[in-house]
Amino acid sequence: MTDTATATKPTGNGLVGVVPVGIALLLFGWFLSLAPAIADGQSLRFVWDWVPSLGISLSFLLDGLSLTFALLISGIGAMVLLYSNTYLAGHPQFARFALFLTSFMLAMLGLVLADNLIGLFVFWELTTITSYLLIGFGHDTEKGRRSALQALFVTGAGALALLAGFILLGTSMGSFELSVILAQADELKAHALYLPILILILAGTFTKSAQFPFHFWLPNAMAAPTPVSAFLHSATMVKAGVYLMARLHPGMSGTDVWFWTLTIAGAFTAVFASVLALRQTDLKQALAYTTLMALGTLTLFLGQTSGYAMTAFATFLIVHSLYKASLFLVVGCIDHATGTREADVLGGLGRAMPVTAFAAGLAALSMAGFPPFLGFIGKELKYAGILAIGSEPFLFASALLLANALMFAVAGIVALRPFWQKTGKPLPRTPHEAPWPMLLGPVVLAVLGALFGVNPDLLQVSLVDPTVKSLLGSIEDAKELKLWAGVNMPLILSIATVALGTALYLGHKRLRSALGRLVEAAPNFDRGWDRFLVGLKGFAAWQTRIIQPGVLRRYIFATFATVLIAVGGTMIARQAWPALPDLSDVTFQNIALVLLISAGAILTAITSSRVAAMAALGVVGIGVAMIFIVFSAPDVAITQLLVETLVVVLVAVALLRLPVLEKDGPDRRPLDAILAGTIGLSVTLVLLAVLETPIDLRLTDYFEATSWPGAFGRNIVNVILVDFRALDTFGEVAVVVIAALSAYALLRTTHPRKDP
Amino acid sequence: MNSIILRVGTRYLCGILVLFSLYMLIRGHNEPGGGFIGGLIGSTGFVLFAIACGTADARAALKVLPQNIAMAGLGIALLAGIAAALFGDALFTGQWLFINETADSKGIPLSTVLVFDIGVYLVVFGSILSIVFAMEEEI
Repeated sequence: MTDTATATKPTGNGLVGVVPVGIALLLFGWFLSLAPAIADGQSLRFVWDWVPSLGISLSFLLDGLSLTFALLISGIGAMVLLYSNTYLAGHPQFARFALFLTSFMLAMLGLVLADNLIGLFVFWELTTITSYLLIGFGHDTEKGRRSALQALFVTGAGALALLAGFILLGTSMGSFELSVILAQADELKAHALYLPILILILAGTFTKSAQFPFHFWLPNAMAAPTPVSAFLHSATMVKAGVYLMARLHPGMSGTDVWFWTLTIAGAFTAVFASVLALRQTDLKQALAYTTLMALGTLTLFLGQTSGYAMTAFATFLIVHSLYKASLFLVVGCIDHATGTREADVLGGLGRAMPVTAFAAGLAALSMAGFPPFLGFIGKELKYAGILAIGSEPFLFASALLLANALMFAVAGIVALRPFWQKTGKPLPRTPHEAPWPMLLGPVVLAVLGALFGVNPDLLQVSLVDPTVKSLLGSIEDAKELKLWAGVNMPLILSIATVALGTALYLGHKRLRSALGRLVEAAPNFDRGWDRFLVGLKGFAAWQTRIIQPGVLRRYIFATFATVLIAVGGTMIARQAWPALPDLSDVTFQNIALVLLISAGAILTAITSSRVAAMAALGVVGIGVAMIFIVFSAPDVAITQLLVETLVVVLVAVALLRLPVLEKDGPDRRPLDAILAGTIGLSVTLVLLAVLETPIDLRLTDYFEATSWPGAFGRNIVNVILVDFRALDTFGEVAVVVIAALSAYALLRTTHPRKDP
Repeated sequence: MNSIILRVGTRYLCGILVLFSLYMLIRGHNEPGGGFIGGLIGSTGFVLFAIACGTADARAALKVLPQNIAMAGLGIALLAGIAAALFGDALFTGQWLFINETADSKGIPLSTVLVFDIGVYLVVFGSILSIVFAMEEEI
């Protein structure tokens, strides 16, 4: 049966779809070539001084931990890019999508390789922004916009706290280089600022890795296209927080705060998320919640310091990335082929999509933890690690058991039921096998999960051991990855997991409705988010109404009052009163001028005629110009007179044509007059105080001496303006132009231009 | 304003004021004056013209948009500063050329400083006129 829909659909996006895949593959190959050196125990470092005066350099460190992440990012990235080339074939904005996704991949690589705190933060924020763009790729739906904004705000707020924590960390340890900081681990743990630093950094990492209570943005981020979810929300971006905690582990772990915070947060998130995962009917949402569970588990293990825990962390990191990315891509294939993602509707796809079913089956078996898959080894190590925990092993082990059992059930729901069970319900489209670019990713990732399970030595030597070395400092503590370690507690727990998981899977429909009622009763962070945003906007509106009422008088009043309080308050606080000036050489001219200017000012304030106010303002300006003339400053005086004339003209144009305004409230002029008088008085006092100190005349002498011989000008003022300080004048002139253009634009926008 | 005396007189007054402003510009280096003052005087002439005859006539007399005059002035000032780099000096260093220089007189001095001052003149001239014309038409 041919499907005419695929016959006419384009199968790719040309060059713009292939180039990113090439870039990712090149990066993957490059990192792979560096793997043997890392496996030998070296770590490679590359430094470029960016801002030496602030101690910020672009330094990159490649050791076991960053190599693991780098390989995961570039490898899964290559497959996701290849997949999306077909998944989004013919999409009009594909070029933009490819750009965002590639930028994200590069930013993420920068993050895991960075060795400088500030450099790491820059890449962190780059991943936040690119993931905002990617989640909001479907921006024409309300849900898409809201989810993207929510992710941006939550992770962005956490990033601000992270920056504060980084700055505290860098300044208290004396360097922003991570290698230097981690070498001083004992000092850091005993430092007075350890707790604030820890809280701030954990705020950043918990928001990024969606730990409770910052978890609510991750399920909503599923509004992104499936390849984006496969890349960001399973393998890379959300693991950035986990990466940072792992990177700081040698320097900050071992204290009680670290242990309890991470263990409790991680354990709670894991159980909470896996319970909610069972409730979902949308396959993508179910996978999102199991990602949350995995992040919780990784956080849980980062809280400890034993060899088993670190090996479990390293192994589970790889295991989870492999099967989760594979399953997300499989769900994308299902969606692409049938048009729906509802678990209740999908069934019987095994016959029509055999390769997809094969990949899904392998990935699911790894997720559920069956031998001989890598997932089984990971699970064994997890149980060994949790049993070696410092306190309350029984409690945490049972939590982990419950979470794993729920994962087992969800694996069955997501990967087995759509293919092998018959629901009898009609599907929106007739399913067909996905094209090969979309199959390559899931198959390769799932097969890797099987291969590494059967033969884990390569993985151990090249990735797991070096990662444990990064975390604990020596390879000795890494435990061995093997399929059969004898009958011990972890094996018993694994068997219990399988039993419990099967029971949950068989009864999941009944559990779903019970869970639904429970979830409705519990507080919903997502709805709280909406209320929080509404409250924030209301607060912003209220604040703006008070500070920016639109009345010019109030702005000027607020500005002058603040200046008065700052200047006058300082003078009062420091008792810095100037002495009375020497008034013996005051001439009759000076007194007359002062009286003239004061008369003009007072008249401006008290008159109620507009024409009189303008004229009085002009009198004040001319009085000031006459002061300049009396004290022999002709250039300034001319400029003042001319500016005064123009100001009077402009004010006349504006004032005389304004309509007569109604009085809006009591006469506030006395209060304004008091403020104006006090400000004038304080400025006078400041000037008198300044004049008491001896003036440094070096510049004056220099200008006098050089003006004619060096600058060929006898008018020193003008020479200063256009020759000695020409750059300043240029800046001022630029400001004049900007002001004129802005004023012109403002005047133009209110009324259209009348015909000339 | 409907005063025929003002309307006729302003044409000549405006021309005299612009001439005067150029005089103030060029004399600025050795006597009181300079680019700012020249620009102010020149724009005052055209503001007078706009008040007397209306902004339409004033714009037509100006021929060029005042915003363009301001931007041209900014560009000329920048060029004057960058020209110093062509001669190997720091930005905005004045480059001087003396025509007919003899032992006892400097001859006619030409310099990038004067070009900068001309740029300042045009900026002030254009900025004030763009605001005043817009306000006159607007209100």
